[in-house]
Amino acid sequence: MKTIKELPVADFARRIRRHVIVMANRANASHIASCLSVADILAVLYGRILRVDPQLPRWPDRDRFILSKGHGCAALYAALAECGFFPLQTLETYYQNGTILPGHTTHKFTPGVEASTGSLGHGLPMGIGMALAAKRDGKAHRVFVVLSDGECDEGSNWEAALFAPHHKLDNLTIIVDYNKIQSLGNVKDVLDLDPLADKWRAFGWATQELDGHDVAKLEKALSGVPERPGRPTCIVAHTIKGKGVSFMENKLQYHYTPPRGEELTRALAEVGDV
Amino acid sequence: MRNAFLDTLFELAQQDSRIVFITGDLGYRVVEKFMEQRPLQFLNAGVAEQNMTSLAAGMALSGKIVFTYSIGNFPTMRCLEQIRNDVCYHEANVKIVTVGGGFAYGPMGVTHHAIEDLAVMRAIPGLTIVAPGDPVEARAATRAITALAGPCYLRLGKAGEPTVHTNPIDFQLGKAIRFREGKDLTLICTGGMLQTAAKAAERLAGQGLQTRVLSMHTLKPLDEAAVLAAARETACIATLEEHSINGGLGSAVAEVLAEAAGIKVPFKRLGMPPIFSPHIGSQEYMLQQHGLNEESVSNALKTLCQQRR
Repeated sequence: MKTIKELPVADFARRIRRHVIVMANRANASHIASCLSVADILAVLYGRILRVDPQLPRWPDRDRFILSKGHGCAALYAALAECGFFPLQTLETYYQNGTILPGHTTHKFTPGVEASTGSLGHGLPMGIGMALAAKRDGKAHRVFVVLSDGECDEGSNWEAALFAPHHKLDNLTIIVDYNKIQSLGNVKDVLDLDPLADKWRAFGWATQELDGHDVAKLEKALSGVPERPGRPTCIVAHTIKGKGVSFMENKLQYHYTPPRGEELTRALAEVGDV
Repeated sequence: MRNAFLDTLFELAQQDSRIVFITGDLGYRVVEKFMEQRPLQFLNAGVAEQNMTSLAAGMALSGKIVFTYSIGNFPTMRCLEQIRNDVCYHEANVKIVTVGGGFAYGPMGVTHHAIEDLAVMRAIPGLTIVAPGDPVEARAATRAITALAGPCYLRLGKAGEPTVHTNPIDFQLGKAIRFREGKDLTLICTGGMLQTAAKAAERLAGQGLQTRVLSMHTLKPLDEAAVLAAARETACIATLEEHSINGGLGSAVAEVLAEAAGIKVPFKRLGMPPIFSPHIGSQEYMLQQHGLNEESVSNALKTLCQQRR
């Protein structure tokens, strides 16, 4: 079998999607659509960008990655397992009694998880502390944080948004998984974020927008950080909630409902095998 | 106490570059030395306590010993979940430091009265809670919590409190200091009420009541052995704190006494009733209004002692 570094990123993303579909089905767990929207971003990060070592999860000079949208954890677990942080079979225990893979990312339980998230609006400020410490210590490692769009409602993120450019944290990159649907409805109906990229730009972030499912564009953007020296980078990734499974795409229902029965078969068939 | 803390921390920071002091934009004319002489160990996070607390956790997880600093309620209640999740759950080496515990900012109004902070902080797992009784204890406490690996809440008064300890102290986290010996009652105090406790005990001595005074500078972990010894060796127990009687020192001591087998001792919590104070005024005025000055405290203790007879 090819290692993750040898595998085409699109195939890595396909594997992540297959895993999360099966995991959500088996565990009867929610947030499947949030995992599908972030799958390509995680595949690019873990396949091409992050300097991490599955054999040494606490290597001091590793890049730090925080999944601030902790509810997308199943996709992260799939990526970590594919990279070798823990055995693939462990994914079968997701959300079960006694598991090391709880329903939100938890550093105490899962090798390779940097920070415990689940309450929204914590990941970016924590990442800022890691980036600031690295800067002050003259370290070369970088910090990457993935946020959800609904999470951008949290005021703590805007405290952080002010802070990072002021302190010139160009070793910090955030990716907003802008799938346009949050817990109870469309983002534009609940608490409109647009123009989202302009907001980050106005706060002083080197900001670009791209298709969050175009792995080539994601890889190019993430390989090029910092986009502007002295500025933190923000990538507003336009994504589709439930991406890759046609009947789940853009459907609020699949923030909650896992694929069951016939849906499981259809979902796996649509994603395809690697 | 504030100055004792800042001076001690500055000394420690000169010896240990891991120490970082972060203020939430407070400390005019007291933090400038730190800012100018240790710029890589200083940070003004702005008026943004949530971000301040989470980034402190992030820095601590990168090897720093981080102190966050602001007035009473701001770096505690404003960012409570950041303390719970980011600092305590991650066992991050962050020390949350407040000035103005209790009514130190009395005239500033209820927003600045910090009288529930100990109760709220006490509920969070993994957080050591320290409220020194005078500048001597504040200095020792600063050294002790810096040496302690893990989350801590340090509650200070403000500046200018008198030194109560005239003799050298043996300060250990989790060990009460026996300030005065007596057998008729034990008065357990925390924070800056040590001075009031000392004076009240003196006054009672003049009336023939000998008071053991314990400075319970560490509220968590509580020195349960000292509480139980007081219950066995003295006739009654009272607690004294510049804080609500709900959830702070009084509650912590009551929990120990209630669960101790075979102990029955008259007990009284002295502190703020669990209300928003209807008064505005200086710390001294506020304490007087709420029955927490020397005279009211000694009268309450006398009544407690009479109850047992």
